Amino acid sequence: MSDTDTVPNAAPSGQRPADKAPARSFLNQLELDLRLLGMVGAFIIVCVVFNVLTDGRFLTPRNIFNLSIQTVSVAIMATGMVFIIVTRHIDLSVGALLATASAVMAMMQTRWLPDMMGLPLGHAALPWLSILAGLITGAVIGAFQGWLVGYLTIPAFIVTLGGLLIWRNVGWYITSGQTIGPLDETFQAFGGINGTLGAQWSWIAGLLAAVVAVLALWSARRNKIGHGFRVKPVWAEAVVMAIIVGAILGFVAILNAYEIPSRVLARDFAARGAEMPEGFTASYGIPYSVLLLIAVAVVMTVIARKTRLGRYIFATGGNPDAAELSGINTRLLTVKVFAIMGTLVAISAVVASARLTNHSNDIGTLDELRVIAAAVIGGTALSGGIGTIYGAILGALIMQSLQSGMAMVGVDAPLQNMVVGTVLVAAVLIDIIYRRRVGGK
Amino acid sequence: MDKQSDPHANGAPDPRASGASPLVELKDIRIAFGGVQAVDGVSLDLYPGEVVGLLGHNGAGKSTLIKILSGAYKADSGEIWINGEKASIHSPRDARRYNIETIYQTLALADNLDAASNLFLGREIVTRMGFVDDARQEAETRKIMARLNPNFRKLSEPVSALSGGQRQSVAIARAVYFNARILIMDEPTAALGVHETAMVADLIKELKAQGLGIFLISHDTREMMELCDRVSVMKNGQLVGTERVEDVTEDDILSMIIMGKNPKRDAA
Repeated sequence: MSDTDTVPNAAPSGQRPADKAPARSFLNQLELDLRLLGMVGAFIIVCVVFNVLTDGRFLTPRNIFNLSIQTVSVAIMATGMVFIIVTRHIDLSVGALLATASAVMAMMQTRWLPDMMGLPLGHAALPWLSILAGLITGAVIGAFQGWLVGYLTIPAFIVTLGGLLIWRNVGWYITSGQTIGPLDETFQAFGGINGTLGAQWSWIAGLLAAVVAVLALWSARRNKIGHGFRVKPVWAEAVVMAIIVGAILGFVAILNAYEIPSRVLARDFAARGAEMPEGFTASYGIPYSVLLLIAVAVVMTVIARKTRLGRYIFATGGNPDAAELSGINTRLLTVKVFAIMGTLVAISAVVASARLTNHSNDIGTLDELRVIAAAVIGGTALSGGIGTIYGAILGALIMQSLQSGMAMVGVDAPLQNMVVGTVLVAAVLIDIIYRRRVGGK
Repeated sequence: MDKQSDPHANGAPDPRASGASPLVELKDIRIAFGGVQAVDGVSLDLYPGEVVGLLGHNGAGKSTLIKILSGAYKADSGEIWINGEKASIHSPRDARRYNIETIYQTLALADNLDAASNLFLGREIVTRMGFVDDARQEAETRKIMARLNPNFRKLSEPVSALSGGQRQSVAIARAVYFNARILIMDEPTAALGVHETAMVADLIKELKAQGLGIFLISHDTREMMELCDRVSVMKNGQLVGTERVEDVTEDDILSMIIMGKNPKRDAA
């Protein structure tokens, strides 16, 4: 792709048959992104090290399940932060905006809709109307900040620094500083443990995803052949497909291996007035929140790579003047990018407050730093123009793994933050060295 | 302005005499940036198949004038006529509608994108679903590059990995692909080596032969004498004069640039 693809694939196809191309190494033939491999490698190392340090407690289905639901909120926002940073801006207000969006949603479902609209608590429309209100809040506030940045040319750092102070306290005023809860049960299903697909549907979702991935790879290949471009050998394509399918199904298998504790099951049966059969087991499977993250990741990746909007975002980041001279409305683009960020913040607010089962004033505190760190660890360059969605999600995953791994090992909290800070700086250094090596800028 | 600004002052035969309407007419263009009159009542014209050079010191107003035509700046007063009709150009997008393409001194490419993405920037080919059709863009880029610069191979790498000449050929390909009729080249060879400069010069000749009108800005007087049909010299935002290249020597041009007047004209 146009952003960080560094695998040498400049062989002049159409001029000489591919089989005469110089012998290429195994990895080259697979045409995998080296940066992606590097980050996956780093993630695996983190996991293995903590697994050894915790005597095998780190890589259990239960911990992997927890890790994935803990990552979702920051990861969703990190995908939006990629667009912000790629266009050479920054958003320091995401944690505070998350609190405002969360406050609006909590008040909608517990006070405003029941009191003003007369919808009783527990009404089926409550969670959805609340989420809608939250999304609109996030998008409008995001767009407003984008307008201040794009049209009034106030630096994004300042606008969102102001936003950081403003939105957290707007959230405070909306709720009068109270903790609002418990939230609607359907709403809570987006939080993680309270809403999962179960074993059977998880397998179905996994198989579906695998089929879609294989079809997508295959149609991309057919498209390339249709234009007479060089494609990688069939076996290499098959290996890549096998890796992807294996990863998807492996992830599902791990999540399905985490069984619901029997006392929880017994309680559920008791609540329905039934007796739990002897030896009955059930798995959690894929949490809805993780599905939400995957959906966001797919949509954001498609926007980044396949739409004009995405192309303009990266072009503007690479050279704002060139983008403007090419007829791109970079001001409006800034508004759009910040509106996307605000919407994603609201989605994260759903996940975060649902996970806590209530809204509290300090929700999302310091999330702006985690989100920026995730995007940057994931290879997003602050100088603009470079960044990937999968990188940001991997960055969030690596940070969350470090943090919860250290917590499991029993590292002091201050030391944990020192390590994460060091990793952030080191990750950027490695990225700079890597880019210099492969001859980028 | 005085009589020197009249392009028909010396009646040598040229395409303009045929009665064809000029491709571009800039009439009495003025623009000021906070007190400084960057362009002060300049009139220029350009005919199909003609290269008009713009010369002058840094800050003479050449680039500013040309940015008004390309939509990057908006003139305070004056008119732009295209094909004998009054045109309103308020943005680069407007300029493109009049088939005006600009190749900038600063190589206006997004370094992080590949050649095809740059070529189609702002005018992407989309599929029926509305997604950018990268494969088709690359195929089209390959076709046009085969014509303009057969050595061009690095199609799927960011243009930051390309040499100056290769980058300039991407910019020129952009103009050619979208059927520019009016081409503005702002120091197209400033960042290039000898061989690449020659390549761009050949391209200019070819485009001229195809009937495009080209405004060329350069500091290299010799290059201008070779490539242009007419040269216009600017100083302090004003037009010193427009001359057919066969009527003047390099020294005449230099004194126009430096002293702001044509010694021959004054002698006559």
